[in-house]
Amino acid sequence: MKYLHLVWAGLFRKKLRTLLTLLSVVVAFLLFGMLQSVNEAFRAGADQARADRLVTNSRYSIIEMLPIGYLPRIESVPGVRTVAFASWFGGSYQDRPAQFAVFPVDPARYLAAVPEMVLPSDQAETWQRTRDGAIVGQSLAERYGWQIGDRVTVVADIWPKSGGSNDWNFEIVGVYTSPDSAQSEGALLFQHEYFDEARQFARGTVGWFLVQVEDPDRADEVAKAVDALFANSTNETKTQTEKAFAQGFARQFGDIGLIVTSILGAVFFTILVLTGNTMAQAVRERIPELAILKTLGFSDRAVLGLVMAEALLLIVLGGLLGLALAAVAISAVQAILAGIGVQGVSLSVVLMGMAIMVALGLCVGLPPAIRAMRLRVVDALGGHQ
Amino acid sequence: MNVLKQVFAVCLMNLRNVPQRWSTSLVIVIGIAGVVGVLTSILAMGEGFKATLGQAGKPDRTIVLRSGATSELTSGLGREAVDVIKGAAGLARNADGRAIASAEVLVIADLPRQGTGLLANAPIRGVQPEAFELRPEVRIVAGRGFEPGPRELIVGRGAASQFAGMEIGARLAFRDADWTVVGIFEADGGVHESELWGDAETVMSAYRRNGFQSVTAQLENVGAMAAFQAALDEDPRVNVKAETLQSYYAAQSRQMTTLINVLGYAVGYIMAVGALFGALNTMYAAVSTREREIATLRAIGFGGGPILVSVMAEALLLALLGGILGGGLAWLFFNGYTVSTLGANFSQVAFDFRVTGELLLKGISWSLVIGLVGGLLPALRAVRQPVTTALRAL
Repeated sequence: MKYLHLVWAGLFRKKLRTLLTLLSVVVAFLLFGMLQSVNEAFRAGADQARADRLVTNSRYSIIEMLPIGYLPRIESVPGVRTVAFASWFGGSYQDRPAQFAVFPVDPARYLAAVPEMVLPSDQAETWQRTRDGAIVGQSLAERYGWQIGDRVTVVADIWPKSGGSNDWNFEIVGVYTSPDSAQSEGALLFQHEYFDEARQFARGTVGWFLVQVEDPDRADEVAKAVDALFANSTNETKTQTEKAFAQGFARQFGDIGLIVTSILGAVFFTILVLTGNTMAQAVRERIPELAILKTLGFSDRAVLGLVMAEALLLIVLGGLLGLALAAVAISAVQAILAGIGVQGVSLSVVLMGMAIMVALGLCVGLPPAIRAMRLRVVDALGGHQ
Repeated sequence: MNVLKQVFAVCLMNLRNVPQRWSTSLVIVIGIAGVVGVLTSILAMGEGFKATLGQAGKPDRTIVLRSGATSELTSGLGREAVDVIKGAAGLARNADGRAIASAEVLVIADLPRQGTGLLANAPIRGVQPEAFELRPEVRIVAGRGFEPGPRELIVGRGAASQFAGMEIGARLAFRDADWTVVGIFEADGGVHESELWGDAETVMSAYRRNGFQSVTAQLENVGAMAAFQAALDEDPRVNVKAETLQSYYAAQSRQMTTLINVLGYAVGYIMAVGALFGALNTMYAAVSTREREIATLRAIGFGGGPILVSVMAEALLLALLGGILGGGLAWLFFNGYTVSTLGANFSQVAFDFRVTGELLLKGISWSLVIGLVGGLLPALRAVRQPVTTALRAL
């Protein structure tokens, strides 16, 4: 620490050059912070999905419906605690495809099977009583400025009403929160009973069942038992943990992780060349100075340390500034990104960024530092290096 | 004339010296190559997606869905409705007097992907015989067409590359029976190449359905759309919405291409700023190594203009190299690279990255702008350097 002043002075020996290099590093980590946060948001669906809850849907594809009569049969499987169900509604809101999930569910069953959703009990009771009542997530309500008592019309694309109309009008009777992840606060849930009575076709069917198991370690066993119930029937099922379901779903969008990693790879390679060059140049110019340090009694290792510290300081300084900027940038465009669930720069992104800073610092600093360490005082002072 | 000569002489001298400073010059080339490479690759993805959907988007064909439905998957049409639609005014008819129209079903099967073996949504389209007259661009390139009755499928080129086990003779197990792949087809690179096609009635009976989802038809001509639409709107027996394939597919590609372009330009602009700092660094370094040279030139009578031009020329040349390198790498690695994503019908759409000439030119113009800005400030410093101080450094 006592050499910090020396390192700092060395770093800002050529102010303009250091500043420009620093800014490139800032830019690299700004990109890293933003892209990695988006990437994490895409993965988060799977990370937050639970291993003690199973999803049962049609074996053939996710779009096929299952008979609601399966409910009591799934409930009777040993190891099953509760069963709920939901269907995909889709639809449009304000003339564009709804940017939020819309599911018809059975209120009591759904709230029991999804305990991470918190809904005040008086609102839950009102919802139960209100045929066209719907509840929405806190962050969704904020996005559209919805209040309890407001009416919202979602235009159906799959599910016309039996009269032929596509307009489904709901009264918002509750706002739920999801304390562990604001990302799950993006759904509108309404009564399955209303849905089933009013829809034109496919009555008595649901999209998927949510099965809460008693013991997560036995989840696979329960999943097999459920599927065995309906094997060779006209509606065979596929049961998997919610986590596996979410992972499979996310993967279908394409490998977002790979795209982000490729971009960041190109960015960091560029930064490596750029700062590596600056550091090499800085050491080259200061050979006489370094030789004098050695003459004064600095050991070879101390000189190595000084140059390394300089490189690390440059990258860590730029990296932290970049991550801070990324946090500011994300909160500035929060409204746009909320749809895909980006909440900000998370701790894990910061930690990963720090690891990259150290690795970059080592790569950039080591070659010139070794050169400085091997410097022979006589040659360097005589200008033979 | 004298000025031009000076410019030429100084530029030439400077450019000949660039190899001596190659390691710093490399920074500008690699920095800009990074920006242009990433920008071009991302935009090539959007370009490819748009082209794939655009290929199918003919202005003289129409698709009819239930009103309110936004895609084939969310639509549904009964048999009576299909008859009404096929009889409506405005549709082209063949020699037998039948409308050149195909009522179709689109269902999804979970099939394992090539390589990973993970299940993904494969679109299966059941078509009527007229589908091939309607879409002459669909050509069987291997094997034969499917027969109605037996469970036979033909597979699009894109689907064959994305899903595992799609060779001719292969058996695909879905929906309680085996289906046999009897042919591979192409559709001029359009979206149908991502699909598996079978006979509409056979697909419907396998999926236990008794209704279609869409009718696609050939219009008499581009202008007949309005008449066709009006005929359907007035008919009380149907509640449907018709639009041209052009507008249908344009709407489907819009969201995805916008997302890709926003990502591409956002990343591109931010990286460009980073590369600009790199370029400035390089050019300042170049100017400072040439300090004495420049001062000497000034002392023997060369003007400021030629010096400025020589610095700018160096910056622009290096930037151009970077732009060409970046675009070239993007082309080399990604042009024609096939990927797939979840499309509007909730199923995989395969598309190729397209590194077009237009994108390459765009990349080069970006690189020149970065070179221009990155060269200007250092060039001004080179000109403003007091001759005496610089010479004293000797």
